[in-house]
Amino acid sequence: MNQSTLKSLFWRRFKKNRLAVIGGIIVFCLFAVAVLTPLIAPYNPDAINVKHVLESPSISHPFGTDDLGRDILSRVIYGSRISLAVGFVAVGIATIIGVILGALSGYYGGWFDTVTMRFVDIMLSIPTFFLILAVIAMLEPGIWNIMIVIGITSWMGVARLVRAEFLSLKEREFVLSARALGASDFRIIFRHILPNAMSPVLVSAVLGIAGAVLVESALSFLGIGVQPPTASWGNILTIGKDNIEIAWWISVFPGIAIFITVLAYNLLGEGIRDSIDPRLKI
Amino acid sequence: MITYLFKRLLEMIPTLVGITLISFFIIHLAPGKPTDVLADLNPKMTPEARERLEKYYGLDKPIHIQYVLWLKRIAKLDFGDSFSTDRRPVWTKIKERLPITILINTLALVLIFIIAIPIGVSSAVRPYSLYDKITTVVVFIGFAIPTFWLALLLMILFGVNLHWLPISGLKSMGYENLSALGKIWDWTQHLILPMTLEAFGGLAGYSRYMRSSMLEVVRQDYITTARAKGLAESKVIYKHALRNALLPVITLLGMSIPGLIGGSVIFENIFSIPGMGQLFYQAVMMRDYPVIMGILTIGAVLTLVGNLLADIGYALADPRIRTR
Repeated sequence: MNQSTLKSLFWRRFKKNRLAVIGGIIVFCLFAVAVLTPLIAPYNPDAINVKHVLESPSISHPFGTDDLGRDILSRVIYGSRISLAVGFVAVGIATIIGVILGALSGYYGGWFDTVTMRFVDIMLSIPTFFLILAVIAMLEPGIWNIMIVIGITSWMGVARLVRAEFLSLKEREFVLSARALGASDFRIIFRHILPNAMSPVLVSAVLGIAGAVLVESALSFLGIGVQPPTASWGNILTIGKDNIEIAWWISVFPGIAIFITVLAYNLLGEGIRDSIDPRLKI
Repeated sequence: MITYLFKRLLEMIPTLVGITLISFFIIHLAPGKPTDVLADLNPKMTPEARERLEKYYGLDKPIHIQYVLWLKRIAKLDFGDSFSTDRRPVWTKIKERLPITILINTLALVLIFIIAIPIGVSSAVRPYSLYDKITTVVVFIGFAIPTFWLALLLMILFGVNLHWLPISGLKSMGYENLSALGKIWDWTQHLILPMTLEAFGGLAGYSRYMRSSMLEVVRQDYITTARAKGLAESKVIYKHALRNALLPVITLLGMSIPGLIGGSVIFENIFSIPGMGQLFYQAVMMRDYPVIMGILTIGAVLTLVGNLLADIGYALADPRIRTR
């Protein structure tokens, strides 16, 4: 089968999967919101208004206001930028590390493989959230540090995946013929084998974005993630927790935003997986 | 079986050393020293006093020497003393906090097991039926709900609006005056929300794994054989299929321990439960290295022991592994 029929087969399967299409549409909308933020948000997200403190949802403030009178809808809309950025950069870092380590240990095997896989086992045995917490609290908490730390603590799954793909792919005829033609190891790894191993990586990256969004919001909720006054869904929820007895709306709406985002990436990721290879369906 | 166990125990040692090595270096190389925090709290501290303090803590030595010294002490099960002002031994501090965290996590695991397995099995028995579709949707929703948000929602519903459950701490005011039964009831009430939420995080995943594992097993020849010889369907499913389908799920359960322990930081923070997660959070904020390292080590040990227990369960259930 050539490339174009494979692609059309993928699309045909993907379009039939209603949930996956919904996930894709939501992801697209989230992108649109993040890009158009200043146009959509009704208020300045950081504008403090002492006259409208802790107001319940109304027509002028559909999601209500927080303890400083800031409009929660605007803060949630601005928060989408943070989530999107953290999700993509963290997953990007994890994917690059995972792909390189997985590819090299799958292709070369030997002591490098043993050491890398041992390292993966060790990293998987550390309660990662503890480690992330410790490192971020010691560095200045801030968006860049969060992205980097989430990235370097979540590459292990990708590494295992890529390694497994390489172990089977490197025995195939096309690799042998590339070697016979005199291609270098570098070329064989990155031009011949890697493209064939990319589909599970894509799936795990899309699912990984959902995970990174969750971790970021949890860290910000604990007060060691994105720092106020910058709005992030997690730190709006902190204010919600502090006012839990009197203002339910602060706790409800940012959570819905996290929920929809994570759900959309999960649906999209699973949909892509099922469409690439229906046998992998779980 | 004994040699297998022994081998597994021996294998744990290098992993544990590796974990502590990585954690130690990451934590000690991160900018900011414990003495910075102490100096912030006490503006009268002179640079000389600071140096003395660093020397006292052993922070002036090169990091690899510090690690070797730490490792030597750990080998004698000595976790050192906390850097915080009370200077108590780290182990005493952890020991006070550990039982409650382990209790909540164990109860959560049990809850996951008794809910997720029936859900997974029943939806695998009727794949693509309406029931299966509904559980699939519910599972997807469960995957996507941030549990700390769900915690807030349940606190609003059961704590603030309905006043059914307490939302903070482990004991009510006046706990001391309650009868023994009253004390137990009071505890239970305080534990219901944290435990349910810890379990919720794992439910979606496990019912899903259980379903796929079950689907895989039902397709096998020995299930067809069992059916062909006229066994009742319930016997085929619960006796022949379930046992085999449980194996990969047991392994996953062992692997979920780091996640559960990590989650306790969030829950103990939300519900003000004096457990290990809360201690860790406080230690991190104070850069209390010995406590941080102590908890990371204990967490790693719990994880490895969990994996080992899962493997033992696996070996007991599957004789092929024992002989390997």
